[in-house]
Amino acid sequence: MRISTSAADTMEGYNFAYLDEHTKRMIRRAILKAIAIPGYQVPFGSREMPLPYGWGTGGIQVTAAIIGPDDVLKVIDQGSDDTTNAVNIRRFFARTTGVKTTERTGEATIIQTRHRIPETPLRDGQIIVYQVPIPEMLRWLEPREAETRKMHALGEYGAMHVKLYEDIAHHGHIAATYDYPVIVNERYLMRPSPIPKFDNPKMHMNPALQLFGAGREKRIYAVPPYTAVRSLDFEDHPFETQRWEHACELCGATDSFLDEVIMDDRGKRMFVCSDSDYCLARREKQQPAVA
Amino acid sequence: MDTATATPLAPGFEQRVFDSIKVFRALADAMAHPGEIRRVNARPPAPTQLMPAAAAMCLTLLDFETPLWLQTSHASVADYLRFHCGCPMTPEATQASFALITNTLTMPAVNTFNAGEPEYPDRSTTLMIQVESLSNASGVRLSGPGVRDAIYLDVAGVSATYWRELQASRAAFPCGVDIVFIWGERIAALPRTTRVSC
Repeated sequence: MRISTSAADTMEGYNFAYLDEHTKRMIRRAILKAIAIPGYQVPFGSREMPLPYGWGTGGIQVTAAIIGPDDVLKVIDQGSDDTTNAVNIRRFFARTTGVKTTERTGEATIIQTRHRIPETPLRDGQIIVYQVPIPEMLRWLEPREAETRKMHALGEYGAMHVKLYEDIAHHGHIAATYDYPVIVNERYLMRPSPIPKFDNPKMHMNPALQLFGAGREKRIYAVPPYTAVRSLDFEDHPFETQRWEHACELCGATDSFLDEVIMDDRGKRMFVCSDSDYCLARREKQQPAVA
Repeated sequence: MDTATATPLAPGFEQRVFDSIKVFRALADAMAHPGEIRRVNARPPAPTQLMPAAAAMCLTLLDFETPLWLQTSHASVADYLRFHCGCPMTPEATQASFALITNTLTMPAVNTFNAGEPEYPDRSTTLMIQVESLSNASGVRLSGPGVRDAIYLDVAGVSATYWRELQASRAAFPCGVDIVFIWGERIAALPRTTRVSC
């Protein structure tokens, strides 16, 4: 089922895209600097939003600062268009801007995402906005902001390599499966937000502009189009993505990120695409014109 | 000031909200695609010394938080920006968030401006340089993030020395200045990540 909202129920009494013009200007300046310094976290004056921290306030502020009346917006939460967070944020922008919304990755000009990159390759001109809980990759290794800032200034990321090495020593492999550290443009260590490491290779040389917003932590960062994004690894333990022995049970895809769904209390389970638009498009192609 | 002969201030954007988002998207697109010439698609009424894209960029990005450095202080330009943006004017290039350059022949060297600090490279000057023409047909070769292979940009009035200084300043990355070249309604951006070869 496809859902689309229209501008019919646009709200009165708020500025276009909710934020005031001064706030947008401040965020826009931060975004321009973020694009100029790929992977560097630009501090910004994060505002109170009409939903709590942790629900995508950073992503929403970035989207609010970049969205125009001609944009087409898609919002996903863990790949899906129809989960609570995605539905709420999509409706928020439909009501405060009146823009067209879509579930189709190819139709969207702006895609706000929580923790996934769509399976359909993005194209030049599209903007993907990530919701970021903790932007600092080094935070659990070094709690002091002044220190992590210095580590970024010097490009001193030895601690991160030690963390990955300890994983190998304990588990025999790098245990991180999401939020997997990357180096952007061979300079800055960047947290890709909690996307599965399956999605990390999609960030590399992506034609779309990638923006990241962390509301509680008050940081914005970016990866411009056609920019090198390298997942950290070792020569003898190269970076690998997840693989499944299953295909999607709805569309049969073998190249997508799969969610494991528990079907009953006897342990029956099912593997389906996490990207609901990708899965649906594949099924529509397989069974055309089913009413 | 003789109020009797003072020319009235030009108005700013006709539609502040929608003009500024249009201009910002053109700027973000230009910054994400270094060297590619974009149109800002807005022509706010402005003093003649300000090109349309320069006026539009100022109205979109400047406010009380962003000290502006003017290469030549035309009273009409300063009054216009003070009124519409409320930005402080600074004579110190190192204090400026934005700098407006209207004459490329007499513009100061790249390293005159604030390149930020290694811990805060975002606290650097963004240069707005008004030029006589822009073209992607020839010129210096640009590469780096945002450029798929390479792109050529010809900027009238920018000397080979300036390009060499600019390329030399790249060694200080992540510190550095970001540049937006402006020609009429058109812009081309050079973030600090772009490598220049003459």
